[in-house]
Amino acid sequence: MNPTWSRFNITSVVLGFAFLYLPIVLLVVFSFNASRLVTVWGGFSIKWYGELFRNQGLMDAAWVTLRVGVISATVATVLGTLAALALTRYTRFRGRVLFSGMVFAPLVMPEVITGLSLLLLFVAIDLDRGFLTVTLAHITFSMCFVAVVVQSRLMSFDRSLEEAAMDLGAPPVKTFFQVTLPVIAPAVVSGWMLAFTLSLDDLVIASFASGPGATTLPMKIYSQVRLGVTPEINAACTLMIGIVAAGVLAASIVNKRREAQRQRDAQAALRA
Amino acid sequence: MASAAVSAVAETSEPAASTGLARVLQAVTGRLVIIVPYLWLLFFFLAPFVIVFKISLSTTAIAMPPYTPAFSLDEGFAGLWSQLQELNFDNYLWLTDDPLYLNAYLSSVWIAGVSTLLALLVGYPIAYGMARAPVSLRPTLLMLVILPFWTSFLIRVYAWIGILKPEGLLNQLLLGLGVIDTPLVILNTHTAIFIGIVYSYLPFMILPLYSSLEKMDYSLIEAALDLGCRPITAFWKITFPLSLPGVIAGCMLVFIPAVGEFVIPDLLGGSQTLMIGKTLWNEFFANRDWPVSSAVAVILLLLLIVPIMIFQFAQARAQEQGR
Repeated sequence: MNPTWSRFNITSVVLGFAFLYLPIVLLVVFSFNASRLVTVWGGFSIKWYGELFRNQGLMDAAWVTLRVGVISATVATVLGTLAALALTRYTRFRGRVLFSGMVFAPLVMPEVITGLSLLLLFVAIDLDRGFLTVTLAHITFSMCFVAVVVQSRLMSFDRSLEEAAMDLGAPPVKTFFQVTLPVIAPAVVSGWMLAFTLSLDDLVIASFASGPGATTLPMKIYSQVRLGVTPEINAACTLMIGIVAAGVLAASIVNKRREAQRQRDAQAALRA
Repeated sequence: MASAAVSAVAETSEPAASTGLARVLQAVTGRLVIIVPYLWLLFFFLAPFVIVFKISLSTTAIAMPPYTPAFSLDEGFAGLWSQLQELNFDNYLWLTDDPLYLNAYLSSVWIAGVSTLLALLVGYPIAYGMARAPVSLRPTLLMLVILPFWTSFLIRVYAWIGILKPEGLLNQLLLGLGVIDTPLVILNTHTAIFIGIVYSYLPFMILPLYSSLEKMDYSLIEAALDLGCRPITAFWKITFPLSLPGVIAGCMLVFIPAVGEFVIPDLLGGSQTLMIGKTLWNEFFANRDWPVSSAVAVILLLLLIVPIMIFQFAQARAQEQGR
């Protein structure tokens, strides 16, 4: 059955993507504007990128953000993968409803509530606000996103592979690392990337959980944006978009290659 | 709560056939899979809410932290009981007294509701078009929908300031084309917030819609058309009802975070817009009133409990179907 792709369908998809991408494209274009007026084109220039790298405050914030992102994404990936395993492999345990509730609720919880509640927790246990608290906060909300991504992969996973390995005498931990993990690896990797970008992106929760000396890039950008649109911020945004786009592109190429390799292997196996 | 977690784990562990250390290790690792994320979420997700509730009942004080606890366990449980009897709900009364808060809640729900409806109207044709696209093209289209989600939320909202402001790109374009004579005032109005929310949350609307539309059996429509049904009627009688799970999931994914949204009303809505996320932020950062901002958060959470339950239920059902 091949439904027709009508002109109406094509138009709505094209218009939809134009809406999604045009603002980002404009932002990138105007970061190369020579004029300080952000909306008047004054010729091509990369001088704002130079200004950007001379802006020590912005550079420090970028470095903090990068470290928070890598650490929190890594811990969140481990915790989220465990949570996904718990949800798919252990279908009956007491408190499972509460557990799945706690995994799914942060996905839609307004950030102001999550931020405020975490801050009050840190005050209650007398933890000084700073790098550590931002990282803990980011682990908590991003692990749930990892759990959802990994869980959807685990649900389509052929469990007979694991059973075969265990029947052949492999202990569960070894089975996990040698059979399960390689199969769910793409989901784990995209979970890590999602957690990393969520951390890179977060303004509200970081503002609550952070203290002096741990200003993240979104916090810095936000405080400057409130004063108005400037070409340096456009340049900073363009760099961030570029880094993320390169990462996503690389990941999808790696994925495609692996998929092609898998198919070649499967065909070779069939021929043999 | 923690004891529930422990007994939860005990139940799932395999019958103790303790044949040596390996077996014991296995049982322990089996438990850790549940217990580690469980304890983490109990401590960093559930416990904070209890603290928020506790602080919402305390009084403001000029100190650090700036409140006097409503109750504590310092005097044992007998003391706790007498403290509980004189609990004060002043912060909540304060919220009902001052129309500012009520208006903020109402306008948040209204703004989020309108934006959700707009996002559905914009997102549905896109998702439908994607689901009807040639199969080979679909993964690319899907990736193109997800890609903006990877770029910073703050950046995407910020990009709209440059477009919507009086001397911005949209006005320049419209003036240049001669459509309008005087610049439109869009920035710092509700329209700007609608645009911002629809734009930022559109992928959340499209993805669940697409996944339910893509699964749909197109021969149902063909049968209806063959039997003389008009395309519009076929859409309302077949396509739309079948896509309802996607519609519900998409609407919840947009509505719930939009109610508590802070960045969009703050950057695009200007100082006049009243939204509860912004009110909470100001209460906390500008007025340093922790008890009142906690009370605001508790009521916001109560407001969102029903939509969150709907979302959870839909998720659980999808999970059952996926199994």
